[in-house]
Amino acid sequence: MRRYSVFAIAREALRHHAGWDRAWRAPAPKPSYQVVVVGAGGHGLATAYYLARNHGIRDVAVLEKGWLGGGNTGRNTTIIRSNYLQPPSTAIFEKARGLYETLSQELNFNIMFSPRGVLMLAQTEHELRAWKRTAQANRLAGIESEMVSPTRIKELVPPINLDGPRYPVLGGLWQPRGGTARHDAVAWGYARAASNLGVDIIENCEVIGIDRDEAGVTGVRTSRGVIATRKLCIVVAGSSTVLADMAGFRLPVESLALQALVSEPVKPAIDCVIMANTVHGYISQSDKGEMVIGGGADAFNNYTQRGSFQHVEETLRALIETFPMLSRLKMLRQWGGIVDMTGDRSPIIGPTPVPGIFINCGWGTGGFKAIPGSGWATAEMLARGAPGDLAAPFGLERFREGRMIDESVAAAVAH
Amino acid sequence: MLLLTCPHCGVAAEETEFAAGGEAHLKRQGPGSDDADFAAYLFDRRNPRGVHFERWRHAYGCGKWFHVARDTATLEVFGAYPAQTSAPPEPLVAAIRARRPDWRGWS
Repeated sequence: MRRYSVFAIAREALRHHAGWDRAWRAPAPKPSYQVVVVGAGGHGLATAYYLARNHGIRDVAVLEKGWLGGGNTGRNTTIIRSNYLQPPSTAIFEKARGLYETLSQELNFNIMFSPRGVLMLAQTEHELRAWKRTAQANRLAGIESEMVSPTRIKELVPPINLDGPRYPVLGGLWQPRGGTARHDAVAWGYARAASNLGVDIIENCEVIGIDRDEAGVTGVRTSRGVIATRKLCIVVAGSSTVLADMAGFRLPVESLALQALVSEPVKPAIDCVIMANTVHGYISQSDKGEMVIGGGADAFNNYTQRGSFQHVEETLRALIETFPMLSRLKMLRQWGGIVDMTGDRSPIIGPTPVPGIFINCGWGTGGFKAIPGSGWATAEMLARGAPGDLAAPFGLERFREGRMIDESVAAAVAH
Repeated sequence: MLLLTCPHCGVAAEETEFAAGGEAHLKRQGPGSDDADFAAYLFDRRNPRGVHFERWRHAYGCGKWFHVARDTATLEVFGAYPAQTSAPPEPLVAAIRARRPDWRGWS
């Protein structure tokens, strides 16, 4: 792999940019691998990268049905924060946020991490109390976050309307080192770095069956032939149930459509991320100037990667009260992704009932921010054969044991 | 956007008039069932990519619960029937089978 640097740009500028290589190799699948990861989204690629980097396991394939990063990794609103309520959540999300801080240097790929600050508005008395509790929990977990007053919020976000009428801004939870990153670049950066360490990333390779014997998994059948492995990791978000069906176990997961939209580009007006959970809307401004807006998920099972028109209307109707300037903007485009929701709105990382098959799913509406931490924890689990400290609380058995990691109340919709 | 017809009052309306209520025909686990069965009843869901049976309520209409058969991959609605049953009606199952010959059945 040729390193990207200012000198590389200068060198290529002098020879018509003819010397750039492919960012990652496009190998044909080998007949067998030590570890096969299904799903080349951020979580799958990060898992493969940390398997190679942290644990020296380089005989790894990442299989992808479509193109790399074309699922939820390329469809989210790119928000990064770690101000969660429960200790297992803060541990893994803060691990991820910390890794994001230096990920561009680590991967030698500019992921455009922008710690511009994340502000979560309290627009009801209940929300105000919940955020105060979260701020204390964050303090205990060593995460930098604080409650801010409406006056301070107006300083941070001049275009905001504090006075309601329906949902006055009563305060907010401010995480100054939260922010955004370029989501495609996260997938590309991990893919390039993993490929450089010897990981085979195989696109257009759909898994159509999972083979097993009495001892556990033996391999996968794909659209590009049979690939043998004794260690399989399923990291396919919204399609997790489909893969679990092939392997013969059930999951506490439902697939729903979540959508986002962007406005026409305008001059810089909002320089942090604002989440308004009471009205189901969150907003940030991209470097191109578009307002990036996310809303709530559909209530019914859906695999279509399509949004519903009424959710666009609901989200904007609510956000316009808090940001009147939005009413004059044209919306440019809208898209949907399939999110895998668990009952407690926390992810699942752990072994499955089939020996040799591990799963990483259930990130629901908030997986992007977790990519580095999730990959770190999943790689550790695959290398050791059992979850480490970060992943251990997120096992499937927590549902049977009633040991929920309840972020559904703490995070409501914008998670 | 889905267009649904309430089998109770016969009103056909957009999905905003209804409230989704999750998977239909769950088999309840009562006292005496073991932990794994109870946990599966509470949390595990079929969540198919394809034919799906689910509960809906005519929230802004007659207020009654009913069931809908729908394809989660295409959003095609096959039909609706009242909730007072533990299995979809035979004619509906036959109609779905005609539309989706490779469907493996509802149970």
